[in-house]
Amino acid sequence: MVTGADVTTTRLEAELAELAGSVPDPELPVLTLGELGVVRGVRMHDDGHAEVTLTPTYTGCPAIEAMSADIERALTGHGIPEVRVTTVLAPAWSTDDISAEGRRKLAEFGIAPPRPHAAGGPVPVTLSVRCPNCGSTDTELLSRFSSTACKALRRCTSCREPFDHFKEL
Amino acid sequence: MSGIDTSAGTTTAAALALGDDALILSHRLGEWAGHAPVLEEEVALANIALDLLGQARILLSMVGDEDELAFLREERSFRNLQLVEQPNGDFAHTIARQLYFSVHQHELYAELARGDGPFAPLAAKAVKETAYHRDHAEQWTLRLGDGTEESRTRMRAALTALWKFTGELFQPVEGLDGVDWAALEERWLAALTDVVERAGLTLPEGPRTGAWAAGAGRQGLHTESFGRMLAEMQHLHRSHPGASW
Repeated sequence: MVTGADVTTTRLEAELAELAGSVPDPELPVLTLGELGVVRGVRMHDDGHAEVTLTPTYTGCPAIEAMSADIERALTGHGIPEVRVTTVLAPAWSTDDISAEGRRKLAEFGIAPPRPHAAGGPVPVTLSVRCPNCGSTDTELLSRFSSTACKALRRCTSCREPFDHFKEL
Repeated sequence: MSGIDTSAGTTTAAALALGDDALILSHRLGEWAGHAPVLEEEVALANIALDLLGQARILLSMVGDEDELAFLREERSFRNLQLVEQPNGDFAHTIARQLYFSVHQHELYAELARGDGPFAPLAAKAVKETAYHRDHAEQWTLRLGDGTEESRTRMRAALTALWKFTGELFQPVEGLDGVDWAALEERWLAALTDVVERAGLTLPEGPRTGAWAAGAGRQGLHTESFGRMLAEMQHLHRSHPGASW
């Protein structure tokens, strides 16, 4: 939540935040936006409009517009007359913001979840990535860039299956 | 000067410089679509281009209307470095351009992210993306430099050809007053020396500026190929104003 400690969240705002968080990600529909960690909060304004703050995974993520439209639809469907989605950059989103449940779903979907961050920087090299198909840790990097900006392409040297890895950011 | 809020100050000037760097390099990398040597590389270059386009949209939106700025400005109004407008050339030229620029951009954004200026939020986000761009360029430099005689020759030629555009990287940008440009240049040179030597090559010798003064791109003076690139980038928007997908 970006709301400061001195600002209380009303019951309606909490309810709407949960609703916005339950919207599926447009590119990875197995995950909700809440599990992805991109919904920062909902605030009701005095004129009756709801402001949802959303943060992009990557600055150029083309899914952000679809996310905004889906959130607007979900909240207006819940009786909120006007919804405005604001995009914020700070604090920057990190793959550490993906919930444990989100990581489990990614692996189940065949995408190796991101590793937790090492202290040294955004490109960890030490921990191995586990193959989501056979579970082997014997995997190799094919390309740092894959089907979307947030994924890298790897191959399992045990079962030989190529797979996407949600790379650390 | 369409779309530029001329009343705004130095933050606008800096946003335009950084935004144009990202926009123009993004377009150049996009030219590889359908032409990259292998599929993985096609995807990698497009991904890097997308990251840069995202940065450009945020930066140009700090200045004015992003579409007007990208598609309706004349050549002399662009403030990008001459390095980023250089043609793709062979794959080694593209990698040399990526290496020179991404090390610079990564170091610059890291410094801006540590501050509390208007660019800190974007820089804190983008520095994590540029770490991957830098890694990509470094890995390819090692592979080409330490590869075959052919790849080594081409990588050496590319590093040399673009060397004269690297002086401009460290010309102070108006509005980025907190940046220590001399220290940035030292870090850049140290990083470049390290990568190039590990690749079995040496840093080019010779001046880091061309016949024109360093800083020319930032003043709106561009090289010959830039006009043709802009014509291609802008013609659809100019021919069909307001067109959308």
